[in-house]
Amino acid sequence: MARTLEQENRRLKWTMIAPAVVFIGLMVVFPLAYTAWLSLTDAFGAVNADTRFLGLTNYTDALGDTRRFWPAVGRTFVFTVAAVVLELVLGMALAMLLRRPFRGMRWMRTILMVPLLATPVAVGVVWMLILDPTVGIANAILGLVGIPPQPFLGSVAQSLPTLILIDVWQWTPMMTLLLLAGLTTLPEEPEEAALVDGASAWQRFRLVTLPMLGTTIVTALVLRSVDALKTFDLIYATKGAGGGSSYEAETLNVYAYGITFDYSEYGLAAAVLVLFTVLIIGIVVVLRLRSEKAGS
Amino acid sequence: MTATLSRPTGAAAPSRGPDPRKRRLERLRLTAVVLVSLVFALPLVWMVLAAFKTNVQISNTADAVVFTPTLDNFRTVFDEGVFLPAMVNSIIVAVVSTALSALIAVPAAWAIGRFGMRRAGSWVLIARIIPAISLLVPWYYVFARLELVGGYTVLVLSHMFVSVPLITWIMIGFFEGLPVELEEAGRVDGLSAFGAFLRISLPLATAGTATACVLATVFSWNNFIFALILSDENTKTLPVALFNFISYASIDWGGLMAASTLMSVPVVLAAVFGQRYLIAGLTAGATKG
Repeated sequence: MARTLEQENRRLKWTMIAPAVVFIGLMVVFPLAYTAWLSLTDAFGAVNADTRFLGLTNYTDALGDTRRFWPAVGRTFVFTVAAVVLELVLGMALAMLLRRPFRGMRWMRTILMVPLLATPVAVGVVWMLILDPTVGIANAILGLVGIPPQPFLGSVAQSLPTLILIDVWQWTPMMTLLLLAGLTTLPEEPEEAALVDGASAWQRFRLVTLPMLGTTIVTALVLRSVDALKTFDLIYATKGAGGGSSYEAETLNVYAYGITFDYSEYGLAAAVLVLFTVLIIGIVVVLRLRSEKAGS
Repeated sequence: MTATLSRPTGAAAPSRGPDPRKRRLERLRLTAVVLVSLVFALPLVWMVLAAFKTNVQISNTADAVVFTPTLDNFRTVFDEGVFLPAMVNSIIVAVVSTALSALIAVPAAWAIGRFGMRRAGSWVLIARIIPAISLLVPWYYVFARLELVGGYTVLVLSHMFVSVPLITWIMIGFFEGLPVELEEAGRVDGLSAFGAFLRISLPLATAGTATACVLATVFSWNNFIFALILSDENTKTLPVALFNFISYASIDWGGLMAASTLMSVPVVLAAVFGQRYLIAGLTAGATKG
């Protein structure tokens, strides 16, 4: 009886998981393999045009391109690191602020939900209006405190910092919710013990709460970093193709999109995408390994 | 502080607390909470206000809060003849892709959660990491050969690529939380293993399934990049319609804000009514590492 039950279970579990695994396999593995193949060819123009095998030329072209590739790598890093660090710090502060219950907590949670569920293209459009150099309310408010009007998304220098701030506005709530979820699972005793021992609020946070939140923080960092590295909608909606006329907001994802769909340089684009995918997976692995080392 | 730590409910009524310093701190905290909620709410309030303004009122700070509202922007949005079909497309794609995703992702999540198939699980979840653009060219290539580009099928399939991992990710946690004994009791009563899943675990996971489906619908509703490439004039979804509105017209802020407001209505409704469940869904798995 026990054996047949075991066998039945085994057959069932593979039947249940098969459709999802086959779906992801067909949608991911074949396309990725195809992209990897394209990156070794001179694919260009129409999707069904003849292609020639080139070897690693596309990779050397991409890696030797200091005009658009490397600046895009730099912007991707600046955008991701700045946005995620700000979101972590602000999200943590906000989570501590909201940790103990208060009246109106329900409404606060709802307000936090809206930015992260809102359509990124719509968010981009709304901020374009708010930050518009001539009709936007942002400059009117800055004017009240005596700060001269800023060009924001209209200038080369301020585009990336402005986009980082919009990302921070949209995704800090996500950090806060993740960290709040982590905080509710913590036992109360260690903090009470620290309080009895005379630790200050900051010491309790830094030496007791923060270390206990380790796993949650790492998971939140991985989730947000992966999404921030891939940010496309916001940048493309507000700055258009190429991240603006001087490529001032062009990250790797926007660059890859541009050479793929605006210039049809499939071979080169595929090489960039392979490098990008390797980079993302590398970052996830590094973050995971570091957290395991810290945890053991 | 000691009292509030051990009795969390005590924090809700600090006004009769003995220590005036604590009361000041609590008042400071509530002020900070109000300020923070303003930072997150005001941009969207501004969007809604602008949707009811003329373009002259939008650019005039004197009309910032007090103004005579107009419905002209909404009329423009619907008269353009693009918005309504795009909304229908968005609804079709969101509903169909979510339903099909749930159909394959919920059983998969059950198998992973119930039998600890972590390796198969990470296989499904790897789809969360890969940049979508690296898949778009091959998809485009294959679906163009099958003459599916521009149709609903390819949009539904591409959105499922996001929804299947999302629903799986959320549901694994729900199924892991169910005691195995419940299914075992069902087996003793003569149910097959599949019957135990269908009659016992699935009904118990209704709240989780609903949460996962609402989130999948929202993310499909918001999705921009797949429809940008894979849809055509007749199947384009709302975010693409909104994007086209920016790029080709001389900027009609009122119209843009009206369209953005209409797009945000379902999202805000979800946030207001499903708040607790959605937060549980969004943060699923984060505390387990």
